[in-house]
Amino acid sequence: MLQIKNLTKIYDGGVKALDNVSFDVPDGQFLAVIGLSGSGKSTLLRCINRLIEPTEGQILWNGEDITAASQEEMRRIRRKIGMVFQHFNLVHRSKVITNVLAGRLGYVNPAWSLVNRFPKQDVEKALQQLQRVGIADKANHRADELSGGQQQRVGIARALMQDPKMVLADEPVASLDPVLAHSIMSHLEDINKNDGVTVLCSLHFLDLVHRYADRVVALNQGKLVFEGLPKDIDDKKFKDIYGRDAERVG
Amino acid sequence: MNNKKSSPWKSIQVGLVSFLVMVIFAYGFQITKVNLEELRSEKRQESLVRVMRALAKPEIFEYEQAEEIVNVPVYVPCPPDNLSVPEQNTSEPYLIVTPACGNPGDVVQVEGFNFAPNTTGPLRFVPGSDPANIVTLGRENAETDDHGNFVASLELPKRPSDEVQYIRATLRKNVGLPHLTQTAYDTWDKIVETVFLALLATVFGTFLAIPLSFIAARNLMKSVRSPLTSIAMSVLGWPLGIVFGFVAVRWVGNLSTSIGTNSMINIIGVIAAPALMWLGLRWAMPQVETVTASQSTRLARLGVILVSVLAGFLGLFQLASLAKTVGESLQTSLGSFGFIGYFFFQVGDIIAIITPALGALAAGGTLSSILGRIGQHASEKMAAPAVKSINLILATLAGAVVFGLLGQLVEVLYEIGRPVYTLWGPAIIGAASGLLLVLFTKPKESLPIGLVVYTITRTILNALRSVEALVMAIVFVIAVGIGPFAGVMALGLHTIVSLAKLYSEQVESISAGPLEAIEATGANRLQTIIYAVIPQIVPPYISYTMYRWDINVRMSTIIGFVGGGGIGFLLQQNINLLNYRAASAQMIAIAVVVSIMDYISSVLRERVV
Repeated sequence: MLQIKNLTKIYDGGVKALDNVSFDVPDGQFLAVIGLSGSGKSTLLRCINRLIEPTEGQILWNGEDITAASQEEMRRIRRKIGMVFQHFNLVHRSKVITNVLAGRLGYVNPAWSLVNRFPKQDVEKALQQLQRVGIADKANHRADELSGGQQQRVGIARALMQDPKMVLADEPVASLDPVLAHSIMSHLEDINKNDGVTVLCSLHFLDLVHRYADRVVALNQGKLVFEGLPKDIDDKKFKDIYGRDAERVG
Repeated sequence: MNNKKSSPWKSIQVGLVSFLVMVIFAYGFQITKVNLEELRSEKRQESLVRVMRALAKPEIFEYEQAEEIVNVPVYVPCPPDNLSVPEQNTSEPYLIVTPACGNPGDVVQVEGFNFAPNTTGPLRFVPGSDPANIVTLGRENAETDDHGNFVASLELPKRPSDEVQYIRATLRKNVGLPHLTQTAYDTWDKIVETVFLALLATVFGTFLAIPLSFIAARNLMKSVRSPLTSIAMSVLGWPLGIVFGFVAVRWVGNLSTSIGTNSMINIIGVIAAPALMWLGLRWAMPQVETVTASQSTRLARLGVILVSVLAGFLGLFQLASLAKTVGESLQTSLGSFGFIGYFFFQVGDIIAIITPALGALAAGGTLSSILGRIGQHASEKMAAPAVKSINLILATLAGAVVFGLLGQLVEVLYEIGRPVYTLWGPAIIGAASGLLLVLFTKPKESLPIGLVVYTITRTILNALRSVEALVMAIVFVIAVGIGPFAGVMALGLHTIVSLAKLYSEQVESISAGPLEAIEATGANRLQTIIYAVIPQIVPPYISYTMYRWDINVRMSTIIGFVGGGGIGFLLQQNINLLNYRAASAQMIAIAVVVSIMDYISSVLRERVV
């Protein structure tokens, strides 16, 4: 169970990205985070693995206080939280297999990373993960030789290498076409349903939310404005989330 | 755009600015002494033309020359009794002087016959009383026509004598094929030295600039924050570790010396010590650790790592000793390839010299990071008042140590000789500033130590970068003597500081996405650099290294001006001796080498990047 309590983030310039946000996520849930651009979705996800330091509030994960964890403890916590990014964030000049193996960095001894060595079972595991997302034949290509959809699958394989208990997906399909979007979302669904991994996924398109999410939280200017099932988003709620002038599409 | 109306105020402004520009330029002309009058003077133009002609004829090839020397007697002044003109052998080259005598300053006509056609050479005056002291009457003033005859008029020198004196024609002609001059051989020797000087400086500079560039990159250092306890502990760790490491490695060095220089034993040492280290590290640092190890296991591991590292240093010393022995024997046995032996010997010497320094630095860094971690842990786990009191002691101590050491550095440089100023004073100031830092920060607040280190590094880099390599070379000539090694050191140091700056700017411009992604997997800082930063900076690093290599080749051609080795020494010498033809050969060599290097580096850059 992930519990977010009174989370507030104020950036250096005084921008309030998150404003007293609280909600819980039970283990194994597929939670969609929706809201306009700049509503604080990315900040929320990055606060959970402390890529961004929250200003106030608490994040508890299975009773452990993430916000109070030391650097050493954070390394242990982060390796159980996979992350998938809108722009994939692969290391372009590295090989696909190296990008995937990077998911094990939280487990291996840092001294051995200096000489770029991973245990043999990790390499095998990486090939299996690539198999799972369907691009095993690309293992020795450079990451930037792959198409967008393939790159995002590498990103998912990297997250899977961490043996995650939770995956944070920050608009994973926003830079992909609709067909690829469904393919990527179904990989996330597979991880969620078959491996029992909690997924927090920020999304733009409501049809994807309806299709994949168990539950939705919505942010507007850093405030939590909706929490419930996808089907409960009616026209009035829609206007609350996206503003009065918004029109429903799709 | 819409406001096209010119206001008087604007016109005045434009007028003022134009006037100011004119004044600035006028002053500039005066300061830089622009003077075309000199250029018009005939003397200047003559020397300019002479130098240009010399430069246009580089001394690269020359012919063997055959000389025809013929003397003709002449009397200065005319003898009182009748002049006896000897009969000339008209089947061989001969000279006729008319008149055959005269007063000093008189103009006589010299005719030559039967010489080789189309040759040139000087006519000279051989004084009768002092035949060794020949008087030159002009350069190349005899030039034979197609039939081997010439006519020249010359002024008799002011060397009156009763004895018979001579006018001598020395006509030279080229024979055989052209061959390379001594200047060409010397130039070749020095240009090879120049290229290797640049190569070594670039390689050493690059290796040292890479780690520095990470410390000087804002985006990497900005996120480095630590609580005061940790900072103070790691500051204290450096000097302690350096002293400890130096003593320990010296001890290992003595141990290695006591083993001896027998190469068989050395070979065993070189193989066994790293193997031991590998096994030790393998055991002490398991590749994957799922459960946190107990305290006693950790301690045992620390011990094993320490022993393994010491074994590694023993291996280094053994390697140094082996390289020296092997090098020495190779130098005598390999003959003309003896330079390989020399190389081995020098590498061995370098290893022997830098190993203690390496050990000291490694120990300093390690102890500092371990203590820093302990400090971090303490700061996280203990109550705020306790942390505050610990900070009071540690920060005061750390401040005192840092400032005290800086004071000692001043003492070394300026020899003030009063510990109040160079030891106790700074120490007290340091302690006070440590104390102030504790009082004005919250005990557990994390301070931006990364930015502090970044700023200090950048300042030092900028300061050193502004000192030209030529000036550094002067210092190194004093430190290691005149020669190419001083040039390597100077260029190397300048390469380190300027590349570190350029590299760090590249690190600052990498895309942050992969960094974030690698960090999110739980990777620590070192792993993030290796997996997210390094792959991104390889192409710019290569192209900057090539660029620097270009610069170093060019710099190494003039570093000899101050005694730093390379072709510059030869060039400067020839310019000072007014031997412009030789200087021209060296300038051509420089131009050729620089353009070849330029071409090679551009091809390589295209291939690699």
